[in-house]
Amino acid sequence: MTAPLIIFFVLAALAIFGAVSLILQKHPIHSALSLIVVMVALAGLYLLLGSEFVAAVQIIVYGGAIMVLFVFVIMLLNDGEEERTNFSKLATFAGLPLGVAIAGFIAAAVTSSSGSMPAATANGSLTSTKDLSMLIFTDFVYPFELTSFLILVAILGAIVLAQREN
Amino acid sequence: MVPTNYYVILSAVLFGLGIVAFIFKRNIITIFMAIELMLNAVNLAFVAFSRAMKSPDGEVFVLFVIVVAAAEAAVGLGIIILTARNRKSLNVERANLLKL
Amino acid sequence: MPILENLWIILLLPLIGSAINGLFGSKWPNKIVNTVALGSTGLSFVCAIEAVREFFGNGQQLFRKEFFDWIVAYNDIRIGFDLQVDQLTVVMLLVVTGVGFIIHIYATGYMAHEGGYYRFFSYLNLFMFFMLILVLAANYVLLFVGWEGVGLCSYLLIGFYFLKKSASDAGKKAFIVNRIGDFGFMLGMFLLFRTFHSLDFQTVFAAASQPSVAHEAMGQFGTLTIACLLIFMGATGKSAQIPLYVWLPDAMEGPTPVSALIHAATMVTAGVYVVARSHVLFTHAPTAMYVVAIIGCATAFFAATIGLVQSDIKKVLAYSTVSQLGYMFLACGVGAFGAGIFHLMTHAFFKALLFLSAGSVIHAMGGEQDMWKMGGLWKKISITFYCMLAGTIAIAGFPPFAGFFSKDAILFGAFNSEPGGKVLYGVGLLAAIFTSFYMFRLIFLTFFSQVRYDEHKVHVHESPKSMTVPLMILALLSLVGGWFALPPFWGGKNYFADFLAPIFGADEVAGVEAASAHQLELVLSGVAVLAAFIGFIVAWRMYAKSAKEGTSTGLHKVLYNKYYVDEFYQAAIVGPLMWFSTNVLWKVVDVGVIDGTVNGVAHGAEAVGDTVRQTQSGNTRSYAVWVVIGAILVFAIIFWPILRPVFGGTVSGGVR
Repeated sequence: MTAPLIIFFVLAALAIFGAVSLILQKHPIHSALSLIVVMVALAGLYLLLGSEFVAAVQIIVYGGAIMVLFVFVIMLLNDGEEERTNFSKLATFAGLPLGVAIAGFIAAAVTSSSGSMPAATANGSLTSTKDLSMLIFTDFVYPFELTSFLILVAILGAIVLAQREN
Repeated sequence: MVPTNYYVILSAVLFGLGIVAFIFKRNIITIFMAIELMLNAVNLAFVAFSRAMKSPDGEVFVLFVIVVAAAEAAVGLGIIILTARNRKSLNVERANLLKL
Repeated sequence: MPILENLWIILLLPLIGSAINGLFGSKWPNKIVNTVALGSTGLSFVCAIEAVREFFGNGQQLFRKEFFDWIVAYNDIRIGFDLQVDQLTVVMLLVVTGVGFIIHIYATGYMAHEGGYYRFFSYLNLFMFFMLILVLAANYVLLFVGWEGVGLCSYLLIGFYFLKKSASDAGKKAFIVNRIGDFGFMLGMFLLFRTFHSLDFQTVFAAASQPSVAHEAMGQFGTLTIACLLIFMGATGKSAQIPLYVWLPDAMEGPTPVSALIHAATMVTAGVYVVARSHVLFTHAPTAMYVVAIIGCATAFFAATIGLVQSDIKKVLAYSTVSQLGYMFLACGVGAFGAGIFHLMTHAFFKALLFLSAGSVIHAMGGEQDMWKMGGLWKKISITFYCMLAGTIAIAGFPPFAGFFSKDAILFGAFNSEPGGKVLYGVGLLAAIFTSFYMFRLIFLTFFSQVRYDEHKVHVHESPKSMTVPLMILALLSLVGGWFALPPFWGGKNYFADFLAPIFGADEVAGVEAASAHQLELVLSGVAVLAAFIGFIVAWRMYAKSAKEGTSTGLHKVLYNKYYVDEFYQAAIVGPLMWFSTNVLWKVVDVGVIDGTVNGVAHGAEAVGDTVRQTQSGNTRSYAVWVVIGAILVFAIIFWPILRPVFGGTVSGGVR
């Protein structure tokens, strides 16, 4: 049992715990906090995989911006606990099996074909930020510019949507 | 020396949990969060494969996913705010005007 | 212009006349419709005479011309639009065009005040066209085209007053009963085709005359016998013999010129023509010939008995027609084909005359057809009376009128035939007595005896020239028409039999030349005249001075109701068929199966739609579930090769 493996299992357990908690909590604010736990766990896993930049971006953008946005909106629309309506029989009966099915399919598909998949090496070979940025600004510059345009549009959209009626 | 499979299986499990949350929760914001959970699970898979194939392309893609998720969250939450103002409830099952 | 080379002109003229009148005649005054109709028929008659003249000029050689190929299949089946002229055709051609033209002239006067004038002449010309196809055809199929066509025109003309239910019913009855006969005719054609691989007259008859074709014995039902019987079945339908005669009395619903032309002179003789034309086949099938003779004789007697007591003037003539057609078939059945055709010709003359005179009487009486409401008319409509008297004398069989010669020839042929010729002769003689009786009964009830109508209400007047002149022409023909075939013992020459000898020669009943036959003929013809006289005397005693209708009981009632044959057919055939059509074919097959299938498809689509609609529940969470289901499906399809080993099946390679 090597150290990376132990760390992996701890972080994985944390992530799963957070996800399960997201499902089981009644108040949306608790679900939001659970999601933050998941994201932090995932950031740890990214670090374990050697992607320091992605881990940092995960914490900063996902945890620090998106989840904060979620929390603000939940507090703004102070709706309280979820009410227990159940109008859809289909969802009640088909939901769990479907989730299990999808997870099962993906897992089965990957594991049955991964004979040639090498184990991830965690021996100090980090992905340098330099390599990453070289890729972004040369090979992937076009999508990069598009995403910046996308963000602009999103900002405009959000402002228009959230305005008060005049 | 964690095998890649472990990361992918974890990703699949998180994705499945996201699906379950997506189906079972009634608050629209919580459903949104389930979508974010699914996106994160996918990101994990991307990074794991990127590391396995020794190519940074997967991580670049993760960055784009995060950017798109951010934009989507912003606009989506804006829409939620509007509909919540109109209908005074965040329960997604109350939005059944198309029901016969 | 050589007509024989262009025989189609004779056909085309009436067709053009029919088309012009039919398309444009509704706006024209009667005069123009007359011109077109009479012009086309008259020109056709002139062309027919010219064709006959050319035929004689060619030395009476058989003329046959193929105009165009109609049906060509499998490289060896060819049915063409072929026309032929031989001696038999000459007789039929002249009768059809000549008598047809005379009746057209009459109709212009008779129908002058009727609605649908142009329609009448259009149909009449169309009938001429089809009848000429029938007569000129050189193969069975083309003959059948004409056969069906005249049936159609008969239907159209019988139901001319289509607003009257009894008339339209009569038209339908005629067509349907004919159809039954046509079924037999078609089967006969199929059988002939299968046997001889051709339906061409010359080919079939030549092949049938080969020594290799077995001469079937009496009582043997070989191929030729069955084919002949089937063709005869068609003839019974068209020529109103037992059992398919029931349409002819009802056909009197049509205007009188129609009754004269179609149901006396031409269409109903088509059956006799076909049998005479197929004489080669019939003589090789003695069973069939015997059947023809028996049915002809029986019909002659049967119809004559019904005609004894009828009160409608046209019905008497209708049953008389059925009876006389029976005589023609009797002649063909005993082998005297020439005599049968001769009687066909003379019958055309005097029966047309009788019908047209009856029409003149009806016209004079303002539409009355019941003889018990007439009487004492001989002075008031004398032209009609004398013409009708001529026709009556002719049909009764008094010399020197035409009927004597033709009927005598038939009875003589019957007497000499084997087997049972004496019986056939006896029954035929009895029918002759009845014929004379009912015809003179008609004359006495109509023109003599006491006046049985209100003279103030009905203004009896003679018919116009357009009607009386054709009567006089036909009366003349009824007188002299028989002189073509003077029997040898009278010292004259039988031009008619000699004329037709090249056709019938081998099959015509021989024996007229023997000396003892002369003696027999003299005796028999004397007996025939005596029979006619008996009928006349009995009718004179019963009806000439005064006549009372009396009540209808016992035998009289049975005869008056036509032996209840129509009622029998209704109960035995029509009723069950209608029941079957309504309860089985309509309710079960049409409504249940066909409609059920079509409606079932619609219901099925509706049901499927209802089921699929369940997905659109309006509930957001179930939409979410459907999204996930879709995602799983897409995933499964894309990764199926990889997933298959997981679910069983052979282990295959991985993704990479």
